Amino acid sequence: MLIYTLKRLLYVLPVAFGVSVVCFLLVHITPGDPLTAVMPIDASAEQQAAMRAAYGFDKPLPVQYVIWLGKVMIGDLGTSIASGRAVLTEVSRAVSNTLILSAVATAIGFFFGCLFGFVAGYYRGSPVDRLASALSVLGVSVPHYWLGMVLVIIFSVQLNWLPATGAGPGGSADWAWNWDHIRHLILPAITMSVIPMGVIARTIRALVAEILSQEFIQALAAKGMTDRGIFRHVVKNTAPTALAVMGLQLGYLLGGSILIETVFSWPGTGFLLNAAIFQRDLPLLQGTILVLAMFFVLLNLLVDVLQTALDPRIQRS
Amino acid sequence: MASKTSFPKLLSLLAAAAVTVLTAGSAFAQGTLRIGMTASDIPLTTGQTDQGGEGMRFMGYTVYDALINWDLSKSDKPSVLVPGLATSWAVDAADKTKWTFKLREGVKFHDGSEFTADAVVWNLDKLLKKDAPQFDPRQSAQGLSRIPAVASYKTAGKYAVEIITKTPDATLPYQIAWVMMSSPAQWEKLGKSWDAFAKTPSGTGPWKLTAFVPRERAELSPNSAYWDKARVPKLDKMVLLPLPEPNARVAALRSGQVDWIEAPAPDAVPSLKQAGLQIVTNAYPHNWTWHLSRAEGSPWNDVRVRKAANLAIDRMALKELLGGLMIPAEGFMPPGNQWFGNPTFKVKYDLAEAKKLMKEAGYGPDKPLKTKALISPSGSGQMLPLPMNEFVQQSLAEIGIQIDFEVVEWNQLINIWRAGAKSESARGGTSINFTYFIQDPFTGFIRHLQCNLVAPNGTNWGHYCDPKMDKLFDQVRNTFDAATQDKVLQKVHEKYVDEALFLMVTHDVNARAMSQKVKGFVQAQNWFQDFSPITMVK
Repeated sequence: MLIYTLKRLLYVLPVAFGVSVVCFLLVHITPGDPLTAVMPIDASAEQQAAMRAAYGFDKPLPVQYVIWLGKVMIGDLGTSIASGRAVLTEVSRAVSNTLILSAVATAIGFFFGCLFGFVAGYYRGSPVDRLASALSVLGVSVPHYWLGMVLVIIFSVQLNWLPATGAGPGGSADWAWNWDHIRHLILPAITMSVIPMGVIARTIRALVAEILSQEFIQALAAKGMTDRGIFRHVVKNTAPTALAVMGLQLGYLLGGSILIETVFSWPGTGFLLNAAIFQRDLPLLQGTILVLAMFFVLLNLLVDVLQTALDPRIQRS
Repeated sequence: MASKTSFPKLLSLLAAAAVTVLTAGSAFAQGTLRIGMTASDIPLTTGQTDQGGEGMRFMGYTVYDALINWDLSKSDKPSVLVPGLATSWAVDAADKTKWTFKLREGVKFHDGSEFTADAVVWNLDKLLKKDAPQFDPRQSAQGLSRIPAVASYKTAGKYAVEIITKTPDATLPYQIAWVMMSSPAQWEKLGKSWDAFAKTPSGTGPWKLTAFVPRERAELSPNSAYWDKARVPKLDKMVLLPLPEPNARVAALRSGQVDWIEAPAPDAVPSLKQAGLQIVTNAYPHNWTWHLSRAEGSPWNDVRVRKAANLAIDRMALKELLGGLMIPAEGFMPPGNQWFGNPTFKVKYDLAEAKKLMKEAGYGPDKPLKTKALISPSGSGQMLPLPMNEFVQQSLAEIGIQIDFEVVEWNQLINIWRAGAKSESARGGTSINFTYFIQDPFTGFIRHLQCNLVAPNGTNWGHYCDPKMDKLFDQVRNTFDAATQDKVLQKVHEKYVDEALFLMVTHDVNARAMSQKVKGFVQAQNWFQDFSPITMVK
């Protein structure tokens, strides 16, 4: 197990390097000038050149990459051009906000996804299956942006029950798990949860149906095992795949849905990325994408290790 | 059975939640005004703000003052310059490059330190003197291009400052109105760090920054010791929230999370009015035009084509398209502007005259004029560029001008605007839809058409050059009496309109939507606004 974990850790290194190259190059391919965000639109060419040199944008791209990577290796993600604040500070604050949102959204999605998936799988072909399947298809298909706005119209504008934007009365800086803050979390978390819910439900439904048709289940039933006992076996057999799907979904959510965080002005990584893209804030964009990509890589690693612990056959293969 | 009993329980839970939410909502103090800005971050708080006009509106003229301020107290006439931290200013009778500013005595920064001539020099150094300890590249990036005339400066006593300009330049007061005065004592106290200063800034303005969460909120409280007693804020607090997404702003206002939003989308206005919210608009120095290339081979070199295009647009129909949120252009400046003058060419909708002019220019149904325009799908101040430009395109097609659009992203359009019509980046475009601030003689007129301001020296995009216009610009810079300078600027504007130097389409109306609780706001004809007279009724 230890060797397997170490091997997987080693695989992370080339992936991380590839991620750093891609995320650096991607932001440089996009058209537009990062200095547009920080200078008045009629700043002279001389002033622009001075600013370009100050930020190192006058150097060849490979040189810029090496300098950037060197700093990243020691934990310095640079300084945001638009805000002047350290990228690490900006990203850390946003990641912690997105973690709150995505953890709650994943919990909601996982709970309802499992519920719908097991119910649909167990009662395959019945009206209950059709209803649960319809809900999960709806979850995967409904556009986030639209659903978020509809929820805002119903629960914020019409009923005035829940706030439409922000992360609490004093912003995310004084986040606490009390009602004043949690009520800001409800609508974005529900909106964010529908896709993982749909994906998990569909995956589990298919798995449950497949497991139930396997011979060992019939053997267990023939031996007189109770439904409860059989259910426990089904759960255990679906767990590795469900975990893998949940890990991937959590990774996607940690990327902070740009649309959801923008609709709800939730100060997470999606909101930050949106601002960085529109302001051509290259250091912020690079830093945020890198951190998110590394989260994704590490989550995959964690899921692989957990899967192996749950199902030793994976290690052998 | 279980489901029958759980439903009432669920209802009671929801009702309890609703009561809690409503109670929490009413916990806000009545004297607090919460504003949803269009910016995605709190503007730079150290003095010289970023985020364009919105930055200066909310974090510039609130926390800080300039030596010369804008009069933001009237809505029925264009704003003019008024004494700020300087009580008077004058150019030397013998040497027109030498200005003396007499400073207001007894003014204190929010940290209690005194405002003196040393502070003025210190603040100019923060923008212009690269080896000064307080030189701040971020503020310099914002402020340097605003004061191009300044050559040197020094104190002339404890309460007087002398500024020397590179050449005689009567537009200096407008330039000085951009420079915000930060507290040297506070900067020293905070370990000479602008990062620390950004968290607890100190200016002399009517508001103090009391809380600040980057990208999320800023709280401003009144400076009860403000030197202009008429402008001491009446509110208990003003909260600024960045809400860049237009629908999020509308939802925040309609759900009562904010009391005021900037720039509601035109299609949201009817529903906002229906919900009992106020829509406040006014003319202000904003312009939505097409800049025209005057490079060799451009079809816009023919004045008949330029005039025909200006006569082909039914601006009232465009106004309907925008839900009434525009002022139809009658010239380059908005109607009623102090520099409008009396142009002889009337910018109006006259299709017959437009077609006649096109025929005279050698174009007709069998020989259409085909050319290309550069536009963006969005952008600061661009209003609704896609439908508006399509409207203009269809209008021009009616008189035989066939426009192909080259659609580029807003930041890229800014770069093309800087690069000029002859640049390769213009991709053969002979016009560009660009909007901006036209609040002073330089930004309003000079930068667009002075011969020596073509790229890379400035933003004369179309490479226009007319010695007569340059002579008028020289007169503007050499006329030191404000009333006489206004007359010269009127002549400039008359030439702009009479020669149809731009495709003049519309002006924005600076729309904002607010709750009925907001009282006392006077929307000045300016990019900046005064929040001091506002109160919130219960």
